[in-house]
Amino acid sequence: MSEVKLFFGPQHPGMHGNASVHLYVEGDLVKKARLVPGMLHRGFEKSMENHTWMGNLALIPRVCVAEPDINEMVFAQGLETIAEVEIPERAHYIRMVIMEMTRILAHMMSLGALASPTGLYTANQWMQADRNNIQDLFEAITGHRIYHMYIVPGGVRKELPQGIETRILDFFTEFERRMPEYHALIFENPTIQARLKDNIMLPEFVVWELGVTGIGMRSAVGKPYDVRKVTPYARYDKVDFEVPVATYSDAYTRSVMKYYEIKESIRIIRQAFDMMPQGKVNVKIAPGNALKWTLPKGQTYSAVESARGEFGYYIVSDGKTQPYRIAVRGASFPQGFLGVERYMPGVRLDDAPLWYDTMGICTPEIDR
Amino acid sequence: MDKKKNLFSPIKAWKYAFKKPVSFSMEDIIDRPRESENNARGFHINDHTKCIGCGACSEICPTEAIVMVKRADLEPKDGEHPERPTIDYGRCCFCALCVDICTTGSMKMSKAYVFNTTNPDTLYKMPEEIFAASGGTITGYEKTPESDLLDLVRAEMPSEASEKAKESFIELLKGYSMAQAKAEAARCIGCEICVKTCPANMHIPEYIDAVGQGDMAEGLALLYKTNPLPGVCGSICTHKCETVCAIGQRGEPIAIRWLKRYIVDNAPESMYEEVLMAPVSAPGKGRVAVVGGGAAGMSASYYLRTMGYAVDLYEAKPLMGGVARYGVPQYRMPEERLNKDVDLLKKIGVGFHVNTKVGKDITLDALHEQYDAVFLASGLPQSRSLKLENGDHPDVLYAMPFLAAARDYLRGQGEMPDVAAKVIVIGGGNVAFDVARTILRFQQEKYGHNQVSLVSLETKDILPADKEEIEEGEAEGLRYFCGFGPQGIELSEGKIAGLHTVKCLSVFDENRSFCPVFDKDQKDLIEGSQVYVAIGQMNDHAYFTPEHLDKAVLKGGKVQTDSWGQVQGMPWLFAGGDIVHGPDMIHGIADGHQAARGIDLYLQSLSQTS
Ligand code: SF4
Ligand code: SF4
Ligand code: SF4
Repeated sequence: MSEVKLFFGPQHPGMHGNASVHLYVEGDLVKKARLVPGMLHRGFEKSMENHTWMGNLALIPRVCVAEPDINEMVFAQGLETIAEVEIPERAHYIRMVIMEMTRILAHMMSLGALASPTGLYTANQWMQADRNNIQDLFEAITGHRIYHMYIVPGGVRKELPQGIETRILDFFTEFERRMPEYHALIFENPTIQARLKDNIMLPEFVVWELGVTGIGMRSAVGKPYDVRKVTPYARYDKVDFEVPVATYSDAYTRSVMKYYEIKESIRIIRQAFDMMPQGKVNVKIAPGNALKWTLPKGQTYSAVESARGEFGYYIVSDGKTQPYRIAVRGASFPQGFLGVERYMPGVRLDDAPLWYDTMGICTPEIDR
Repeated sequence: MDKKKNLFSPIKAWKYAFKKPVSFSMEDIIDRPRESENNARGFHINDHTKCIGCGACSEICPTEAIVMVKRADLEPKDGEHPERPTIDYGRCCFCALCVDICTTGSMKMSKAYVFNTTNPDTLYKMPEEIFAASGGTITGYEKTPESDLLDLVRAEMPSEASEKAKESFIELLKGYSMAQAKAEAARCIGCEICVKTCPANMHIPEYIDAVGQGDMAEGLALLYKTNPLPGVCGSICTHKCETVCAIGQRGEPIAIRWLKRYIVDNAPESMYEEVLMAPVSAPGKGRVAVVGGGAAGMSASYYLRTMGYAVDLYEAKPLMGGVARYGVPQYRMPEERLNKDVDLLKKIGVGFHVNTKVGKDITLDALHEQYDAVFLASGLPQSRSLKLENGDHPDVLYAMPFLAAARDYLRGQGEMPDVAAKVIVIGGGNVAFDVARTILRFQQEKYGHNQVSLVSLETKDILPADKEEIEEGEAEGLRYFCGFGPQGIELSEGKIAGLHTVKCLSVFDENRSFCPVFDKDQKDLIEGSQVYVAIGQMNDHAYFTPEHLDKAVLKGGKVQTDSWGQVQGMPWLFAGGDIVHGPDMIHGIADGHQAARGIDLYLQSLSQTS
C-alpha cells in the first residue's frame, strides 16, 4: 500500500494552536509524524529581552492562549525571587483564585476539543458557553477576557472589584450542579468511551523517557507529582485539595482526570476566598517608575503546575531594565515535540487529533 | 476510573433544546453589543485638556502603538508639550500599561470594543475619534493607586532637625546617598518637560539618567554643557523645572536640584579635572572683560574661556560669587561648594580682578578700549528702601549689607552683626527669610533664645518665598505677621520700640499690578528694637556715563538687549543676569551662556569683515 503525506495543521479543527504535523500515512495508520513548529508564536523568548520587566506583561501571556495566567505567575514569582521582595498575603490568595479559574478554563477547552475528532459537538458548545461565563468574571476582575495581564511582579495589578466573590462562588455552585450533566454527556457516552478507552496509551516508560509531567505523568505512574504539592507556591500549602492519580493512562483516563481536577480547583477557590485576608494587593518590585525598574543581578527558575504539567521560566537578570534571558519550559514540550515524532506513529489517522488533545499539548509553548 | 457506560445518558442533553440559548444572535452582536464589565479595557479615552503630552504612555507601550503628534491647536505652555498621543489600533493589545503610567491620569479606557472597518489605515486614531463608530465613551479601565506605575513619592533627603538647625550655620540638607539618588533618579520618566522650562535648558533627564547608571563623569559633563555653576545651582536654584515636572502632576516632583547636587558632591576631584578641562581651548580668539562675579558673569566667563577667549572678570567685592557669596546664608549655600565652582574658573584661566568696581576703580570706556567686548552683569547690589515714619532711624537696616556682613563674619572676616534680642523683618520673599533666619541664628548664639517677627503684605498662602523656607522658618521659631502693611516706627527714648501695622486686605488689583489695599481700623503694634527691610533689590548703574545713557535703553531700570544679550546702540557691550531679567540665578547662568555665544558671533563676524 502506498504512503500518503497529510498535513495535520496549522489550519485544522483538531490542531491545538498553529503547529503543523506532517503525517505519513499508510491506509489509515500513521507511519511517521514530523512536527513543523514556528508557524505563529515564535520568537517569544528573544522578544522578552527587548521589553522592560513590566512591558513584558503584555507579551508573556501569549505563550499559552488557553491558560495565559501561568506565564504571568511564573514571571512574577521569578522576579520577586530575584528582587527579594515579599508580596502581601492577600495577593497570594487572589493569585490562587486566578490560577485555579484559568486551570478550569484550560481543562474545559481541552475537553471541548474532544468534540471535533469524536463528532460530539455538543460538548464543545457547552464548554464554550461556560468558559464564556468564566471569561466574564475575568473581564470584571482584570479588564480582559483572554489575556488578563493581572498577576504582576509584586502581587496583582488591582484590588478585586466589589461583589466579585459572590459572583464567582455563585457561578461555581451552579456549575457544580451541572457537572453531572457534563459527565453524562461525555464520559458516560458510549461513543466517547469507544474512542477513548484503551486507546492512545501513555505507558510509564514513555513518561520517564520524555519527561512528561502533569496529568500525563500522574495518570501513568500513580504518583501525585504536582508542583502545587511538591514545592508549593502562593499559599497552596495552606489549602486542602486532592491530586487525582491513576496507573493506566489511556485517553479516557487522562480526560476524565481533568473533570476531577476541575472539582478540586473549585474547592481551592472556595477555600482561598475563605482564607483571604484584607490588605494591600501589591508591592513595588523596584524603586522608581515602571520604565526604569531594574532588578538585581541574578537568576532563578520559577515553576507552577499548569493544566498540562510543570510550567516554568528560567529568568536571568543582569541588573538592567530588561531581562538578559528568559527560557520557557513549556509543559507540552516533551510530549509535543519529541513525543509527536516518536509515539504518534501507530495511531489511526482519525485518532491523531485525539492524541494531540489528550496528551496535553499547547503549541505556542513549543514555538515560543 | 469511571467505567460507567449508559447509552441514554448523552440523550439527556436534549432538554436544552427547549431552553433559551446562551448565545447571542448575529444581529444583537452588531446592533446591541453586550455591555462590557466595569473594568473593561476597551478603546482609549484621553482628556486632552488634562493631558500634558509627556509621552510616558508612548514610552511604555509594549507594542509601540502610541505616536505623539504635534497639535497645531494647542498653545505652547510651560509644563506641557503641545503633543497628544494617537493610537494605532492595528498594534494596540489593550494592555492598559499606558493608562497605569499616565502622569496626569487623563488616559483611561472605555467599555467600547466594537469597531468594524475594511480599511486598515483607519485604525490609526486620536483616542476619542473611534467612538463615533463604536458607541459611547463610558469609562472602563481606570488606574487605581495600586495599579499606578509611577513612583509619586520622593526619596527622602536627610536633613538637620530644626532644633539643632537654628543654632548653627551648617547646611540643612545633607545630600543623597548613592541608593537614595538612584531611587530618586528612577522616578523620572524622561519627558523633558522640565528642560523646556529651565532657563538654561539643562540636560535634565540625561543627567538624571547618568545618576541612575552611576556614571558620574557623564553626569558632570552634561551639567557643564549648560551650567558652569552646578554646585551653586544644586543648592539654591529657583527650580522652575521642579515646579513643572510631570511627576508633580499627581505626586512630588523629581528632586532635580538635589540630584544635580549629588553629582557635584560625589564626582571625585580627578574626574572634575579630566571631564571639565576637556572642552577648554587655548586663548587666541580675542579678549573679553566681564563685569560682575555673580552667576551671570561667572557663566559667561566659563563659556567664553572654553571657546578660546582670554577673559578678565571684574568684581567689586573681595570674593567672587555675587549673591551666592554675599546674599544667601551659609546654611543654604555652603562656602566650600561655592569655592569649588569658583576655583574651576580660575583653573581654566579666567583672570580675576577683585575689589575693582567698574565705574569707580575703572571706567566702562577704559574696558571698551582694552577689550574686544564687554559683558555687563553687575547684578542688583542695592536694597530697595521703604518710606516709613522714622524710617531713617539708624536701627532700620537693609537686607543686602546685613547678609554680606553675616557671611563675612562666618568666614572669619569681620565682627558678628549686632542683632537685637527682638527683631522685626519686613518682606515676604526668599531674601526676607534669609535675613530672618540668619538673625534667628545669631540671636540664638548671643542670647540663647530668639524672637524674630516677619511682617509681609501677603498672607501666608500667597507668600512669594519657597514653601520650604516658610515651613523651616516656622519650625525654627519664626513669628509670622503675614497680611499686614507697615505704617510707621514707634520710638521710645530715641530707640525703636516697635512697628505699627494695619491689616492688608489685598496686594494686587485685578490686573495683577501691585496696589495694596489696607483696612486702617485693624491696627497692631509689633514689638522689636531693630527693623530689617527686605523688600527687593535695585541695580546701580553708576558706570553708565550720560553718553552711554544716550545710546543704551533702560526700561524700569532694566537694561534692554536683544536675544543674544547685545545692548542696543553699543554693539561691543553685552548685558545679562539680574540687570536685564530681574533676580533669578538660573536665568543669569542662561544669560551668561547666551551672551558668550552672542559675543563669539559678534567678534567672529568682525574678524571676518576686517
Ligand atoms: S493599551 Fe497597551 S498596547 Fe495599547 S496603546 Fe496602551 S500601552 Fe500600547
Ligand atoms: S502619559 Fe498621560 S499625560 Fe502623558 S502624554 Fe500620555 S496621556 Fe498625556
Ligand atoms: S524631571 Fe520631571 S519633567 Fe523632567 S524629564 Fe523627569 S519626569 Fe519629566
